[in-house]
Amino acid sequence: MMAQATFRIWRGNSGGGELQDFTLDVSEGMVVLDAVHRIQAEQAPDLAVRWNCKAGKCGSCSAEVNGMPKLMCMTRLSSLPMERPVTIHPMKAFPVMKDLVCDVSWNYEVKKRIPPFRPRAPDAPDGTWRMDQRDVDRVMEFRKCIECYLCQDVCHVLREHHKHDEFIGPRFLVYAAALEMHPLDEGTRARLLWEEGGIGYCNITKCCTAVCPEGIHITDNAIIPLKERVVDEVFDPISRALRVLTGRRGAAT
Amino acid sequence: MAEYRTHEYDVLIIGAGGAGLRAAIEASGHGARVGVVSKSLLGKAHTVMAEGGVAAALANVDERDGWRVHFADTMRGGQYLNNWRMAELHAREAPERVRELEAWGALFDRTDDGRILQRNFGGHAYPRLAHVGDRTGLEMIRTLQDHGIHQGMSVHMECTVTRLLTDGARVAGAFAYDRERGRFLVFRAGAVVLATGGFGKAYRITSNSWEYTGDGQTLAYDTGADLLDMEFVQFHPTGMVWPPSVRGILVTEGVRGEGGVLRNSAGRRFMFDDIPELYKGQTADSEEEGWRYCTGDPTARRPPELLTRDHVARCILREVAEGRGSPHGGAFLDISWIGEKMANHEEHIRRKLPGMYHQFKELAEIDITKEPMEVGPTTHYAMGGVRVDPETQMSTVAGLFAAGECAAGLHGANRLGGNSLSDLIVFGKRAGEYAARFAKEHGPGTFDPAAAEAAEREALAPFHREAANGENPYQVQYDLQEMMQDRVGIIRHAEKLQSALEALEQLRERAGRALAPGSREYNAGWHTALDLHNLLTVSEAVTRAALLRQESRGAQSRDDYRGKDPEWGKLNLVVRKEAGGAMEVERIPTRPLPDELAKIIEEMG
Repeated sequence: MMAQATFRIWRGNSGGGELQDFTLDVSEGMVVLDAVHRIQAEQAPDLAVRWNCKAGKCGSCSAEVNGMPKLMCMTRLSSLPMERPVTIHPMKAFPVMKDLVCDVSWNYEVKKRIPPFRPRAPDAPDGTWRMDQRDVDRVMEFRKCIECYLCQDVCHVLREHHKHDEFIGPRFLVYAAALEMHPLDEGTRARLLWEEGGIGYCNITKCCTAVCPEGIHITDNAIIPLKERVVDEVFDPISRALRVLTGRRGAAT
Repeated sequence: MAEYRTHEYDVLIIGAGGAGLRAAIEASGHGARVGVVSKSLLGKAHTVMAEGGVAAALANVDERDGWRVHFADTMRGGQYLNNWRMAELHAREAPERVRELEAWGALFDRTDDGRILQRNFGGHAYPRLAHVGDRTGLEMIRTLQDHGIHQGMSVHMECTVTRLLTDGARVAGAFAYDRERGRFLVFRAGAVVLATGGFGKAYRITSNSWEYTGDGQTLAYDTGADLLDMEFVQFHPTGMVWPPSVRGILVTEGVRGEGGVLRNSAGRRFMFDDIPELYKGQTADSEEEGWRYCTGDPTARRPPELLTRDHVARCILREVAEGRGSPHGGAFLDISWIGEKMANHEEHIRRKLPGMYHQFKELAEIDITKEPMEVGPTTHYAMGGVRVDPETQMSTVAGLFAAGECAAGLHGANRLGGNSLSDLIVFGKRAGEYAARFAKEHGPGTFDPAAAEAAEREALAPFHREAANGENPYQVQYDLQEMMQDRVGIIRHAEKLQSALEALEQLRERAGRALAPGSREYNAGWHTALDLHNLLTVSEAVTRAALLRQESRGAQSRDDYRGKDPEWGKLNLVVRKEAGGAMEVERIPTRPLPDELAKIIEEMG
């Protein structure tokens, strides 16, 4: 397969920009990032794009391909209607820096505000812990997150309503869930998730889950259990305490 | 004098992968003010791509394991050119560094009794790799990143150091630009830790990201430090070979650890055909024994697919050269065959190798639970790098430290899988600790402002060149990669190496004409032009050392000097800049092993 294709790439900076067309030969097995690299090497040497691993492991090359939040390195041209131009736009939930590169520094600031891992005392005299694989597996799903921020990009609270000051977004709800459900962690983040994290803003439209390149069930497995935990710990601490005392397990524990 | 935004730290760490972050945590813990400079966003470094696991003799799965066995395996894998003291420290300290990661929140797969599970890997006598499915690197870097941000380090993301600044014979800071705006900045520091990783981008087929351009090695070399063992470049035997756009992307050795086998186009399991003398006693002599090993039978010996990487890579090349390769010039790696041995193999594979399953499904439309993969060698790791003191990780320049892939010594002629992640945390910690101590004892240095101004002029040169005979930096980089792949690749020969040196001279001349059109803001072409100096420097060092080492050992295979030469087995090669600016290579004798360590190797052999 060798054919000509057109790529319509947004070019500009924080002051504004526009879509620009590039035409090039494409061949079998190419992904969108390959096309962007070829354009960069042959037609637009100063084109700005982030990438590192090119194998879906680092989450650097996030962009919107034909309007869908995607990792460019994992989007095969054969999965797109190539008779039409392929439109590539930077993520819209964050300020653009240049071309396909956004300023995602807000995410790094959010993470610092979430109380870190706090382990229980070691289980064995040699200072190590014992954990069941089943308990580890439950959290593994969240720990697969590659911090591509596509879930943040697609979340309407951030994308449409720009509530960056009040809502930490799906990525950091997943992060909080990974800590809260860590078999060793004894920290508590429920009140913070409610008061500063804005978990109440999430109305479970599952857009984040739909775009996650790691297939994390963000809404069902992370956000909903966290919401239950918030209800328990912030709004109904007495019945929670009773449950703990009587040893009855609640849905969120 | 020009005004630069200036930051002052006790310890400046260049690189934010596993080694850099571990160093930052340690230096902060010693009370140092720490700055970390990262070429990419935090958490995106090459460490994130490490799949298989971190080697540490925890002996959780096989109690015969211990630091002595790990030490002996590492020395044997490195063909005894390793710095034995580094190999000893590494084997002794890795378990504690892994347990510490768990205390910071890392979650590893578990044994039935709840301890950290360990898996088989090439060259390791017993299951030794603590792992998380096949995304151990992600778990490790995220743990270090998340722990580190609460330890008080300042992180300068998307920032590139182009020159180190010195105060007489010691390091005093660094000159850098920020990628976003292209502005220059100056770091003053009492000590500097290089943790920039390797230089696989000098080759066309590579598992490495754009960042792997030999920055740390070049910064050190340009400052007068020694480089060591630069000829030893590891070609990982299993990179993807199809489709073309993913060529080089890594397929973890964990696939073979879990029972994956290599076959040629005739369906023959060719790894049984050539087992090196050094490993005969430890290698299975039947397919059945190999499978038992992969299922954890302690009485079984490892299958030949788990021989060292250099050997497996050469065997695949031999099959291809003799016309028995796969359709796209590699070999078949098959894990789906274990369906013959277990009922629920599809689920087992997806659980043990989720990343690989995903990668092949998405990028090659192959279901690895049902079909074999096509794989071939890919440039993966630099055993060579900055020569360091084994205890402190200080280079031959005072106050300049190096750790991780950027440093040399631990791995000798060839690195065992899993020994990289453990290297990062063992020597990252040491570098951070001793850099903090150095900074405290010696205070900040001062540097000549003219040096920063010279660095600025040098950095801006690609914007000011004549367009008439200008070069496209991407094209120069591409031509360099092709040339190195062809002439300084897996199989080397004096004539080709000599011609590579001539080609490098021409490429250097072309790099001097590389242009950067556009503005200074996030200009990838400009950055590519600046990276060329580093790529050319390390490429020349590899080529010169490869030419001088007239033998085949570990990762170095010479067509014209086949086999090991005992004399060369006692020599390391040091590369440094002569007073006149030329690159010189010097032979230095390896340090003799102390008796007690020699005895360990003898007993474990």
